[in-house]
Amino acid sequence: MQDFLQAYSWVNMRFLLNGLWITIVVSVVSIAFSFVIGSILGTIRYMKIKYVSEIVGFIIDLIRNLPLLLIIFFTYFALPKVGIHFNVMISTIVAMTIFESAMLAEIVRSGIKAVPTGQLEGARANGLSFYQALWYILLPQAYKKMIPPIVSQFVSLIKDTSLATIIMLPEVTFRAQTIYAQKPAQIIPMFLMLAILYFILNFTISRVGTYIDRRMAS
Amino acid sequence: MWSLFTSHASEFLTGFGWTILSSVIALIGSTILGLGFALLQIVPNRWANLVGKIYIEIVRNIPLLVITMFFYVVVANIFKLNGFISGTIGLTLYTSAFIAETIRAGINAVDSGQYEGGRANGMSWWETMRYIVLPQAIHLVIPPLGNQFVNLIKNSSVLAFVAGLDLMYQANMISQLTFDTFNPYIIVAIFYLMLTMPLSYYMRYLEEKNAH
Repeated sequence: MQDFLQAYSWVNMRFLLNGLWITIVVSVVSIAFSFVIGSILGTIRYMKIKYVSEIVGFIIDLIRNLPLLLIIFFTYFALPKVGIHFNVMISTIVAMTIFESAMLAEIVRSGIKAVPTGQLEGARANGLSFYQALWYILLPQAYKKMIPPIVSQFVSLIKDTSLATIIMLPEVTFRAQTIYAQKPAQIIPMFLMLAILYFILNFTISRVGTYIDRRMAS
Repeated sequence: MWSLFTSHASEFLTGFGWTILSSVIALIGSTILGLGFALLQIVPNRWANLVGKIYIEIVRNIPLLVITMFFYVVVANIFKLNGFISGTIGLTLYTSAFIAETIRAGINAVDSGQYEGGRANGMSWWETMRYIVLPQAIHLVIPPLGNQFVNLIKNSSVLAFVAGLDLMYQANMISQLTFDTFNPYIIVAIFYLMLTMPLSYYMRYLEEKNAH
């Protein structure tokens, strides 16, 4: 019991919460970049430009079908071989952005595809160019429909940030491991705290996502 | 790259084998568990629904790595499990929550008149599920289940954290042995793609076929 309480000392908790903050920062920065890149790639894939869309689509499929862990390893260990050096945090963000951009590109593509074709035809018939129709008519409607999948992608991104412990990113899972490596009696309390922290964070995000989705729908 | 592969072919192939084995075991286990928790959420009993919901919400919101490490660090100490087994258990439990959600969505997508019709004809709740609702749900659920299996194969790389002998683990070993941090990962990527690409393309084909 005393080990339990000691494990949650102020020093440990501050150490963990700082780690959680790194998890959040890495996730938010990665999702922001991925949102922009994924939107561009998804739109290109949707537009069916000869060759370009096929190549982009194939690259998206390749990345989506690889384990994220492999991409993290690759950006951290293999890219320096070809002269690209990042520190641990940037490496994680780059790896996450590569992976999530491909995921979001698919969400964006199917989001645009789900907008009824009459919308595009109507916009074109009213004299908008294709790009104007895309920007003012299709994308705004598509993004509304994409809120739930993007939120669940964000939750899985937060969970996946834990994989960066393998390249020693000092986020919350890594820090919990650091604590219990020194005091084996604190293993169970640390796992419990990890579960609680991740649960609160992710559960809140999914609930907020559902709320926004409902507000937008009505 | 080819020479690296030929000189370490047995390690790569062993890793490939363990990855497939772990994924298949976890697939079977998590489908059974997932079906159980999906049914638990829809049986006409509030407490059972609550248990199912709590399990799914907890497992879905915690990283796979934390679950797997828990089994490797804590449970493996008590029951003497090796990395492969504890990794596969973690993978099974994590995936089961997602499969439960997939199956539940499939069951909900079956027209409610089917269920009502079954019940009105004197079938019990279980008989209605078994003979009327589930057979129709399976048809809808196969493409998303296949996508979960693709995720499962990718997620099995987490075994590398717990010395699970899988592809990712072998890649790390070989790169530490040969000081080559580039080619082992490329080779392993090709192995993963050999499993996941055909499967995800087939699932997309099924999805499009179902849509028409």
